[in-house]
Amino acid sequence: MSQIILEARGISKSFHDPVSISVLKDISFILNRGEFVSVIGKSGCGKSTLLYILSTMDTDYEGDLLIDQVSMKNKSEGELAVVRNEKIGFVFQFHYLLNEFSVLENVMLPGQKLGKYSPKEIKDRAYEKLKILGIENEANKNPNQLSGGQKQRVAIARALINDPLIIMGDEPTGNLDKKNSEIVFDIFKELADVYGQSLLIVTHDNEFASKTQRIIEMQDGSIIRM
Amino acid sequence: MNYKLIQNIAISLLLARWRQTLVAAIGVTFSITMFITLLSFMSGLNDLLDGLILNRTPHVRLYKEIKASDFQPIDLHSKNSHAYNFIRSVKPKSEKLEIQNSAAIIKNLKSDPRVLGVAPKVTAQVFFNVGSIEMTGVINGVDPEAENKLFFFNDYVTAGNFMDLKNIPNSIILGKGAAEKMLAQIGDVVQVTSSKGDRIALKVVGFFQSGLQDVDNIQSYASISTTQKLLGESNNYLTDLQVKLNNILLAPEVAKEYQKIYEIEAVDIQTANSQFETGSSVRSLISYAVGITLLIVAGFGIYNILNMMIYEKMDSIAILKAVGFSGRDVNRIFILIALSIGVFGGFLGLLGGFGLSALIDQIPFNTNSLPTVKTYPINYNPRYYLIGSSFALITTYLAGYFPSRKASKIDPVIIIRGK
Repeated sequence: MSQIILEARGISKSFHDPVSISVLKDISFILNRGEFVSVIGKSGCGKSTLLYILSTMDTDYEGDLLIDQVSMKNKSEGELAVVRNEKIGFVFQFHYLLNEFSVLENVMLPGQKLGKYSPKEIKDRAYEKLKILGIENEANKNPNQLSGGQKQRVAIARALINDPLIIMGDEPTGNLDKKNSEIVFDIFKELADVYGQSLLIVTHDNEFASKTQRIIEMQDGSIIRM
Repeated sequence: MNYKLIQNIAISLLLARWRQTLVAAIGVTFSITMFITLLSFMSGLNDLLDGLILNRTPHVRLYKEIKASDFQPIDLHSKNSHAYNFIRSVKPKSEKLEIQNSAAIIKNLKSDPRVLGVAPKVTAQVFFNVGSIEMTGVINGVDPEAENKLFFFNDYVTAGNFMDLKNIPNSIILGKGAAEKMLAQIGDVVQVTSSKGDRIALKVVGFFQSGLQDVDNIQSYASISTTQKLLGESNNYLTDLQVKLNNILLAPEVAKEYQKIYEIEAVDIQTANSQFETGSSVRSLISYAVGITLLIVAGFGIYNILNMMIYEKMDSIAILKAVGFSGRDVNRIFILIALSIGVFGGFLGLLGGFGLSALIDQIPFNTNSLPTVKTYPINYNPRYYLIGSSFALITTYLAGYFPSRKASKIDPVIIIRGK
């Protein structure tokens, strides 16, 4: 009994400066709850652009995007921010932690923004997520005291804090060495298998992709395999 | 809602760059300090200079002037005829300078709710006899109590007690300049001749110094009764009624009214001393201009620092937006940063301004022309503190508004992709 959590309906996007280039052409696909999907394709095929549209950060496109069966078209910037906060966890190629805050506070930030739980609960949940990722001992350190792999794991913990509908990753292992890449992949795998977390990961690492449940392959702005 | 969170983020961003923050706050502090000190000092000086004249000048002066009548009997005839008369060399009528029915007028004035007080005065042109030389002078016959209450007489009596005018019969307080010329000491007796030729001996009980040399060389003070006696007039002879109002701005209007009611000359302080008002308003305009320039410069400082901070924090802003903070949240964070700099710097500025003013207030300032002033004058008007603090908040808010609006519009995609 699969349930649709994300649906792209004929999404197209083109850049007009300096000349019109069509980056995405009529992309349509469906993502079900609990799926671990990877998006692959050569550089410049539009996979990152697609991901930014799916994550609601980019609103300049044609077609329609439904998250949790709700259309994202015609939503205000503030409403989209709420959707991102509540339903989407994002992991970037670069970790993007805030150096002004400790590891724990970084993880807590989206939770505090959501404001669904009390401050104490948010703290407990942040610890819990850090424990899942095996870095609970680093909780009170500053992000710049951590290694690259650890930072990326903190970023994943931050993505998890609000129990999002889906986690999106933009080359989350792109900056990591082999060993850390594997650790991160194992974490994603565990999240999908044990916790039933839906994941949509953009990568150009075919080995990484081959281990996921489903691969969407893109070429020149179109999906050629899904 | 999540105001506390926004506050936490703002504080963390502030503390992460505390040196920059401090520089910005010091900029605000400095400008507010200088603004308050400058205005307090300038308006202190202004008040001093104005007080020199304005304190001693009645708001409305009622007096009788020797002048030719505006109306000649022949006018009665020529009014209805086609003839036109020319009268040359009209002379004023022989009339006393006395204000007629002065007791009733004083009583009437005192019952007027706009009037703070009335001080009657008798002016007499006299000659001081010093050996074989005669020196001209003016003796003002005053009621020392009323004069002190309304015109701070005591402040200008540098030696002796002003109440001795009332307590010692036939006494005089000499102008400092006049006393020096006569080599008169307190306790000495000076010979005075009135314009009618009557001679009287007056005992010197004090010296008077207004700060205006022309006044001090000529003017002396005696009691009303002594002056009346000197002039050989009755005890209801008064030449001037000096009226002080509760609100100085009403003076021109009130003067016009009295002139009509009492059929007497009335001059208001604004007409008599218009140059002082112009001078002081121009001076305060200049000090406001300088002060506000300081504040605006400080505002630009904050603007620059916030702008830099936003460029440095581009990534952080992008990530905050990616994890669900809206543009408004980001906007609020940076406005809050700007305002905390403004509040913190502004508060220290108020303290600094007060401290510096208090310090200037202690610096000795002795000048012959101003006997009552011992230190530099400062006006601790709370209005300057109010203007300073509200201006600090407004400039820092504006200095924060534009950078934070920019921050709120940052598109996370562009930054994240740009890496």
